[in-house]
Amino acid sequence: MADYEKHAYDVVVIGAGGSGLRAAIAAHEAGARTAVICKSLLGKAHTVMAEGGIAAAMGNLYPDDNWQVHFRDTMRGGKLLNHWRMAELHAKEAPERVWELEQWGALFDRTPDGLISQRDFGGHRYARLAHVGDRTGLEMIRTLQQRTVSLGIDVYMECTVTDLLKDGDRVAGVFAYWRESGRFIVFETPTVILATGGIGKSWKVTSNSWEYTGDGHALALRAGATLVNMEFVQFHPTGMVWPPSVRGLLVTESVRGDGGVLRNSQGRRFMYDYIPDFFKAETSDSEAEGDRWYTDKVNNRRPAELLPRDEVARAINNEIKEGRGSPHGGVFLDIASRRSPEYIKKRLPSMYHQFMELAEVDITKEPMEIGPTCHYVMGGVEVDPDSAASIVTGLYAAGEVAGGMHGSNRLGGNSLSDLLVFGRRAGMHAAEFASGLSSARPQIAAADVEAAAAAALEPFEREGGENAYSIHQSLQQVMQDLVGIIRREPEMQEALATINDLRAKTAHLSVEGHRQYNPGWHLALDLRNMLLVSESVARAALERKESRGGHTRDDYPMTDNDYWGKRNVIVEADRDDHVRVRQQPLPVPPPELAALLEEQH
Amino acid sequence: MAYDLKLRIWRGDASGGELVDYSVPVDEGEVVLDAVHHVQAMASGDLAVRWNCKAGKCGSCSAEVNGRPRLMCLARLSTFPPGEPITITPLRTFPVIRDLVTDVSFNYVKAAQVPAFTPSKDQPQAPFRMQQVDVERSQEFRKCIECFLCQNTCHVIRDHEDNKEAFAGPRSFIRYAELEMHPNDGLDRRRLVQEERGLGMCNITKCCTEVCPESIKITDNAIIPMKERVVDVKYDPVRFLSRRGRTKPG
Repeated sequence: MADYEKHAYDVVVIGAGGSGLRAAIAAHEAGARTAVICKSLLGKAHTVMAEGGIAAAMGNLYPDDNWQVHFRDTMRGGKLLNHWRMAELHAKEAPERVWELEQWGALFDRTPDGLISQRDFGGHRYARLAHVGDRTGLEMIRTLQQRTVSLGIDVYMECTVTDLLKDGDRVAGVFAYWRESGRFIVFETPTVILATGGIGKSWKVTSNSWEYTGDGHALALRAGATLVNMEFVQFHPTGMVWPPSVRGLLVTESVRGDGGVLRNSQGRRFMYDYIPDFFKAETSDSEAEGDRWYTDKVNNRRPAELLPRDEVARAINNEIKEGRGSPHGGVFLDIASRRSPEYIKKRLPSMYHQFMELAEVDITKEPMEIGPTCHYVMGGVEVDPDSAASIVTGLYAAGEVAGGMHGSNRLGGNSLSDLLVFGRRAGMHAAEFASGLSSARPQIAAADVEAAAAAALEPFEREGGENAYSIHQSLQQVMQDLVGIIRREPEMQEALATINDLRAKTAHLSVEGHRQYNPGWHLALDLRNMLLVSESVARAALERKESRGGHTRDDYPMTDNDYWGKRNVIVEADRDDHVRVRQQPLPVPPPELAALLEEQH
Repeated sequence: MAYDLKLRIWRGDASGGELVDYSVPVDEGEVVLDAVHHVQAMASGDLAVRWNCKAGKCGSCSAEVNGRPRLMCLARLSTFPPGEPITITPLRTFPVIRDLVTDVSFNYVKAAQVPAFTPSKDQPQAPFRMQQVDVERSQEFRKCIECFLCQNTCHVIRDHEDNKEAFAGPRSFIRYAELEMHPNDGLDRRRLVQEERGLGMCNITKCCTEVCPESIKITDNAIIPMKERVVDVKYDPVRFLSRRGRTKPG
């Protein structure tokens, strides 16, 4: 018999980033007994790394801004593959969610009128991002953390979930271990909200932290839920490239939003060579017009540097490939020649600090060297837009782990607002579902707990096997090289074969030491999730034979609106991690929303 | 540019431990945390260490490097004397769990004791009107990444375990200062911070400010102004009597 402690709740939230904490607050306020489980200490979640801001059409600087314009920008940024209802709810509710943070103590930067200031970002027609310098994620996580603590919500820190437990087809509980002691812990709960974030740690060059191992995606698949849009992985155009130890570290889009431009080794502002037809009408056709836009948005169109991220990342990739890159294999991001040192330090204090401390580069005096970095997965658990419920009874998902909201490409700033809007919805609906249950709550089977415990301890049973760190490095290399920004069928087939080999190795790996705070063991368990999710991405990417947003096929370079523009790729798996893909029709927006998408700038 | 770096890392748990020598290959531009990761990957997979962002933004990888409390992700190897080993030990003020990981729950207990932000009666409901100049003082304190280096360094508790009950520490004091200086907060926490959180035990040696990776002027901008404001409420009889319905200084 496995030895474990046991707790009972109405709602258990996995993840303590923006969506997890917002979900927990909503569930608690709806009267549910609520717990949050997180792998790190409270307040360290990846949301803390978000820099630019929270997109919300408050209209504080441009009264013409409204939810309809935000909806249109979001859908067009996602190349119309977004679930229209999610984009609608998001655009409508984001302003309320931002004001709510202010109500709880957040201190955003202000306009001269004393309202929340809003900044420009790629793909957004108006200055729309509520921000605090370039540390908006920190402000958001701290505000939600302090709210969570003041409400007295139970938080299980440094605790990792390895299995969802079910009773028939319903969620019944969660199996986890304390990182500190390695001891097991079981939560009885009729509802689980996945708020585990993304999957970026399967790539070598990434802006993501060690926590981003796709746990929620994998837990959902094994529990019988479906994933959507998994082929769409966002490579943020601007990650650091030098020195090697910080390669991939995020350089905020605010640098461009605040006037920074991209140049190649010849000094050319190359983004003007890469404006696609889809965005021609709303993008300036000269540097002069683009420069005027910062101060006059009515009579000018956006600079080409502020095209959506997928467009900019592909352009940078091409410049480097064609030999016009910077000395360390990136391109130049220049704000030094365009804005005063005072302005740069005021608007971009973290970036100034980051380059000074880690690269010995003074961004007020010289350009930065940057290149694309794996940043965000648009794909995730397929959910009902209004309730955030998956197809498994009692299982919900919100934030990056949920799919559909961003279509094939996410606009900057739409993630933080997504976390708040759908975190709250997930919390409310899970609480409502739990309160509606009669005495017939789902029961955990003892055998399932035993099986989960045995699976978790398995790596200790062997000696002399490969270590988790080297398998992880191999996976990162293969995903980077073969399932990266530009994809080809034979390469993805090769990646699948390698993933299969790595899975076999993982089944034989061994860990040294004991169960107390053992990172080698923790990684060994996370690897199972990374392998399952990596295979999901590769299989979905093979299935979609076109290029769109965060999915570029060298062998299918065109966007195919007639066929693929009307279809989603769905990923499913069984308990043994066998992955299947199928196609499913894309939900069609009602005429009044479809009309918004046609409107020209 | 790659070379072999010698490291001495404290390994052990609550029952005791020792410094263990390692030698790992490191590369140009790397930081102490990179070297620790190399040890994990190549020599000792179970070496316990906390980290997240590796960019000085999350405050997880605090340790004492050659005796100096700092974030390992911001400690560039090129800034250490070449050829000499680098010694890494866990934060001293908090109980060791394992290796470089300590039990920092003290800080979470203190955070839970802070009465939350409460909007003033003037503007009870967001959106609020607040001027940039008025939010900036509190914004400085909200830069805090909760690395707890200030808590670890503060001599009031660093070598005086028995003070921990009565003393909330610098991280907590900047939180009280932040709320006190928030233009739209309606609670007065000055007596609380003085009488129950130990503000008076700080004798402004500024050790906390020196180790802050966010360069927050903890002593000058938070603790000293708080001490002054506490004096206002505690010892000025006129202001004491008119305290209800007061406008906050700042």
